[in-house]
Amino acid sequence: MSDTTNQLLDNLNALAAGLFLLTAFGIVAMRQARGCMTLFIVQSLLLAASAALLGLRHHAAHLYGVALVNLISKPIIVPWLLRRTASAEIYTRREIDQGLNIPTSLLIALGLAILSYFLAQPLLSAVAPEFRGPNVPIGIAGLLLGAFTLTVRREAFPLLIGLLVMENGAFFTGIAISRNLPLLVELAIATDGLIIVFISGVLIRAVQKHVGTTAVGELASLKEASDEPDGKEGVK
Amino acid sequence: MTVFIILLLPLIATALVCIPFKKHWAPGVTVVSCVAVLILSARIALRVAAGNSVVSTLKIGVLKWIAVDGLSALILLLIAFVATTAALYSIGYMGHEKLTPWKLRLYYINYNLFIFSMLAIPVLAEPTLVWIVVELTTLCSALLVSFENTREALEAAWKYVVLSLMGAGMALFGFLVLFAAMQASGSDGVYTWKGLIAAAPSMPPVLLQTAFLLILIGLGTKVGLVPMHTWLPDAHSQAPSPVCALLSGIETSAILYVILRLFPVMQASPNSHAETWALVLGLISVGTAAFLLLQVRDYKRMFAFSTVEHMGIILAAIGLGASAAGYGAVQQIVSHCVTKSFCFFAAGAALMAVGTREIAAVRGLIRRSPAAGAALVFGGLAIAGAPPMAVFLSEFSILKAGLTQKEYLTTGLLAIFIVIAFFGIMLHINRMVFGAPETKNNGTPGNNHVEPQPDEKAHLAFSCRLALILAAAPVFVLGFYIPEPLHDLLTQAAAALTK
Repeated sequence: MSDTTNQLLDNLNALAAGLFLLTAFGIVAMRQARGCMTLFIVQSLLLAASAALLGLRHHAAHLYGVALVNLISKPIIVPWLLRRTASAEIYTRREIDQGLNIPTSLLIALGLAILSYFLAQPLLSAVAPEFRGPNVPIGIAGLLLGAFTLTVRREAFPLLIGLLVMENGAFFTGIAISRNLPLLVELAIATDGLIIVFISGVLIRAVQKHVGTTAVGELASLKEASDEPDGKEGVK
Repeated sequence: MTVFIILLLPLIATALVCIPFKKHWAPGVTVVSCVAVLILSARIALRVAAGNSVVSTLKIGVLKWIAVDGLSALILLLIAFVATTAALYSIGYMGHEKLTPWKLRLYYINYNLFIFSMLAIPVLAEPTLVWIVVELTTLCSALLVSFENTREALEAAWKYVVLSLMGAGMALFGFLVLFAAMQASGSDGVYTWKGLIAAAPSMPPVLLQTAFLLILIGLGTKVGLVPMHTWLPDAHSQAPSPVCALLSGIETSAILYVILRLFPVMQASPNSHAETWALVLGLISVGTAAFLLLQVRDYKRMFAFSTVEHMGIILAAIGLGASAAGYGAVQQIVSHCVTKSFCFFAAGAALMAVGTREIAAVRGLIRRSPAAGAALVFGGLAIAGAPPMAVFLSEFSILKAGLTQKEYLTTGLLAIFIVIAFFGIMLHINRMVFGAPETKNNGTPGNNHVEPQPDEKAHLAFSCRLALILAAAPVFVLGFYIPEPLHDLLTQAAAALTK
């Protein structure tokens, strides 16, 4: 392939990576559960796009497979599974009560994104030039922002999205630096998200049915030194 | 081929359990499949102990990544052992819960899937595949933790899933970086545990160390190492007791096994600090757990904290670094596994007898249910490390190895923490079993978990008694006698910990 095409592919990949980061920020700031879901779908599409572009750029045919599985599993099956397992009420919920307010969250998220660039530098200098690219720092940022979402959110649904964002972030780096993983392994990693969603969906549904809330952040009856064990009248 | 059958059996059992049939069908199938797995694992362990290696002859799909060495065979055997005793124990325990047939089948479906995912951990040699089955263990066991569907159980399951999967995300990143390190080393070996050791000297240290730390923290979350341990006492106390035995007794060790696999790789790389990390994290875990043990209020949580303590001891033993400490560490894995599963069976028996998990609400258990009381005392003594039980012997060999290594400070700290934990556990057990019985203790809050109204003289089901005896045998025997094949297996397993 000519240099200009390669250049173009690199640029497109960089664009996908930039948008990937943007969606991660969006998920940190988004209050509506449905909005989080949409952003997650967009992010997964960008992950698939990046896999396809990298496959084209480096002639790694099995990255197409990865892209395809991502295209089917995350944007299509994940929302469907969630709709089946968790009720529609969770879907339309708007989260009022966050651990941190949105401007502060975004500021911290910005700090994490900058941090991930510094974290990526030593890794980038250790791998061969063909593996370098925007995927590594942005994947790390995805991982950190997902973890951050997990720490500040209290509703079950955004927490689940946070988990999936972490997974997307790790995989976003993975397709760039460990490109020659056996296809079987890559496919297994890509479908892993489905099982996560299924189990969490079942759990969320059970929590809603038996506890009557999906604000899982407020479930805190299990600890050592509380004077009066609250919530002991648990519904059977 | 044997390994393949071992992996297949729980899946077949899962399918069979789905069939609605007589009452004893599902438990029966599960026990039979677990016993078969145990026999096959013992055969593999014997073969490995005799010095033969077991690798898959089939080279298709996932099968080409099956390889069993000393360490894997040991973990495999332990998983099969606990799976068998826990399956036996489940018959009586779940029978006590008076469940609908569907709910009971659901339990056994989850149980068999969980066993499958655990059995796959030691026999697979490809790190990312191992990551996937570790993920599967979380997902298969989550619904077992939340099985009782109480508020607490659901809370525990949710915390368990979220924190474990958060760790899994980091570990995935670590394994991918590890693969990148393997590529950067320029070796054309296969990405397996063995291939990693061969390629380690030429890997870029920064990649290797990043991968190690990410995996240590990521999987350490699931092992219950201290800064990341918060979910463990919840999940390990809220699940049904046979599941607790599996989670605490062997699942934590099986995940720790994955971390241990990285130590020979790190040793092959110049100036890695893997041992220091292990020592620091291990000591922090032991210390924190020892002090938390003093103030627990729930006896199942007490055993769960003791798991955190023991995982810390094993990791610290690896951190001591000598081959003698390596032997001590694998011995500790064995003794912790058999003892902790026994402890949770005993705790389950106590729970069935009195219907509450609160230490303060249980007094004079020995008069109420002699079997449960005696089992609890035996289990408490054994897990705290009293001679002549298995844990005593393995802790002793770790401390001895530490002293011969001239690591006086760390060994001293370790010994102090172990003693504190001993007092913590025995204090509570002593009160529960021998304390003066209060006439009316039924009114205390929180005793409606299993049986709101405990029957007067609690009777323990035959299958539970059998499981208790089977689980107690190795706890006692391994305290003064290690059979020759087991010794060979332990030596081989310890050898797999160094390059």
